[in-house]
Amino acid sequence: MSPTEFERVFSAPQTPERTPTPGAPPGSGVPGPAEVLLLVERVSKHFGAIVALHEVTLWARRGEITAIVGDNGAGKSTLIKCISGLHSPSSGRLFFEGKEVHFASPQEARQAGIETVYQNLAMIEDLTVWQNLFLNRERVKRLGPLAILDRRTMRREALRMLRQFEVHLPSIHARLRQLSGGQRQAIAIARAASWGSRLLIMDEPTAALGVRETRRVEELILRLRDQGLAILLISHNFEQVLRLSQQVWVMRSGRVVGGRRTNETTSDELVAMITGVKSDE
Amino acid sequence: MEQSNTPVTALPAQAERLSWRERLSDPEFWINWTAVIALAVLVIIFGIASPAFLSFGNIRAVLVAAALLVILTVGQTFVILTGGIDLSLASTMTWAGVVLGQVVAHGGPIGLACLLAIIAGLLVGLINGLLVAWGRIPDFIATLGTLSAASGAALIFSNGEPVTIVSTFLLQLATGSLGPLPYFVLIALLVVLLGHFLLFYTRFGTHLLATGGDAEAARAMGIRTAGIKLAAYLLAGGLAGLAAILFTARIGAAEPAVDTSYLLNSVAAVVLGGVSLFGGRGTIAGPAAGALLLTVLVNGLTLLGLSQFYQPVVVGLAVVLAALLVRYWR
Repeated sequence: MSPTEFERVFSAPQTPERTPTPGAPPGSGVPGPAEVLLLVERVSKHFGAIVALHEVTLWARRGEITAIVGDNGAGKSTLIKCISGLHSPSSGRLFFEGKEVHFASPQEARQAGIETVYQNLAMIEDLTVWQNLFLNRERVKRLGPLAILDRRTMRREALRMLRQFEVHLPSIHARLRQLSGGQRQAIAIARAASWGSRLLIMDEPTAALGVRETRRVEELILRLRDQGLAILLISHNFEQVLRLSQQVWVMRSGRVVGGRRTNETTSDELVAMITGVKSDE
Repeated sequence: MEQSNTPVTALPAQAERLSWRERLSDPEFWINWTAVIALAVLVIIFGIASPAFLSFGNIRAVLVAAALLVILTVGQTFVILTGGIDLSLASTMTWAGVVLGQVVAHGGPIGLACLLAIIAGLLVGLINGLLVAWGRIPDFIATLGTLSAASGAALIFSNGEPVTIVSTFLLQLATGSLGPLPYFVLIALLVVLLGHFLLFYTRFGTHLLATGGDAEAARAMGIRTAGIKLAAYLLAGGLAGLAAILFTARIGAAEPAVDTSYLLNSVAAVVLGGVSLFGGRGTIAGPAAGALLLTVLVNGLTLLGLSQFYQPVVVGLAVVLAALLVRYWR
């Protein structure tokens, strides 16, 4: 047993004065509140007779990339929809920044600081880059009932947002349809990472991209983490998960079947857990 | 933020404003200006072929004749930009005109009559909007229903009889002018400018384009697309009411029979103006120029002595040609 793993296993009992993370059941192995940003505690989701999630417990640490892997239909998408406010869990609890939260809509999750980059990106092809960056967050000046766009400020801020995340584009005036898939993905990510968000959820951010574009998006994701953002990454790509993440959760048929620190696992072990050859339960 | 490895200065297009060269290289620019360019070409051809065409009197007559269609077209543009279509536009104008006529016929003041005409237009817009946005009925079907219902209401309300209206206000409106600008042209110009402002300089305009461009994505970003669609139909209805006032002023009577050419020409003008019928992209100036183009086409052909019977054929050709051109460019 390596020293780090030894510490991990035995750290909790040795520091009994440490306050437990709110919502964490005793003996669950959940790290302390200073580390955990998001805690999903025994969340289940039923659609009629179908059990999409069964008592899922997992967490995401601050400043880390947390990956969720699993086969199609394992419940990954349902889980992130529960976290991002699109679904509400049938049972179980969500804790964000140490407080229990209930999101009735994506808008509420967004206000709490949870942004989601969906696979379809939720961007408008016919609008320009800066218009998309500010979609439904337009800077406006009030004139009676009219909300008049402050285009100058939005363009300036759009440039600043893209520079901050080192996203390179031909022009912020380009319409989205003129840009490549990787550029669009980068814009969607930059948009989600702005606005004071604390946790970024990404659903297969590179699934539709080529090798070079995938690398660029991965670099962007790492930069965001280095800037202090926590990231929840859904991915089919084990190589990517091992490259980017610090923590991996494995899901199978609506359950979490294992959690590993990324540096303590291998691609083979993840495959074994996904296919059910191996499980922690 | 560390920027040492960010060659921002090496990206000339990263400016806050768009240069003319960039604008000209955008195919969207040419699509939006198709109608304007075609209009200019047409004016030159007709001007050479018929000296009367460029006379002050004829230009004035064309502009006045185009005003009504321009106003209706702006309304149609807002609806089409959301991805819908308002087939009830001409019927709504007729229905609002009949309301105006009946109020005057029953001794109501002309100001009240005009106000009620606009409210009558808004009412049809409200019904259209509710059917489409909350009833989830396709735009085509919903407005086909109100097309029929509004024209029926116009007949019921007027008993099928036109009402002659004698009003100095309406007469002034139809014949007067502010300096060189006839009131009709002035009103149409104001509608176009306000429409342009609303579309490109307000949050509502951006949300309207987003709703038409990708309703699902717009909803995911928290835009209330149903409200946006309702607002677009209200705008179209209100503008049909305004057009009814001008129409009534022009012919001096409230006419209960619907002139469907206004509906077809409003859609044609929108197509000529480079607006995508799927919604989400287009301008206000383009369709307005398209409406002017259609009017100029008919006027010029008349001056050249082409039989009236050929004119719809030429208009049809122009519309199809414009649609092909836009498709090729995109």
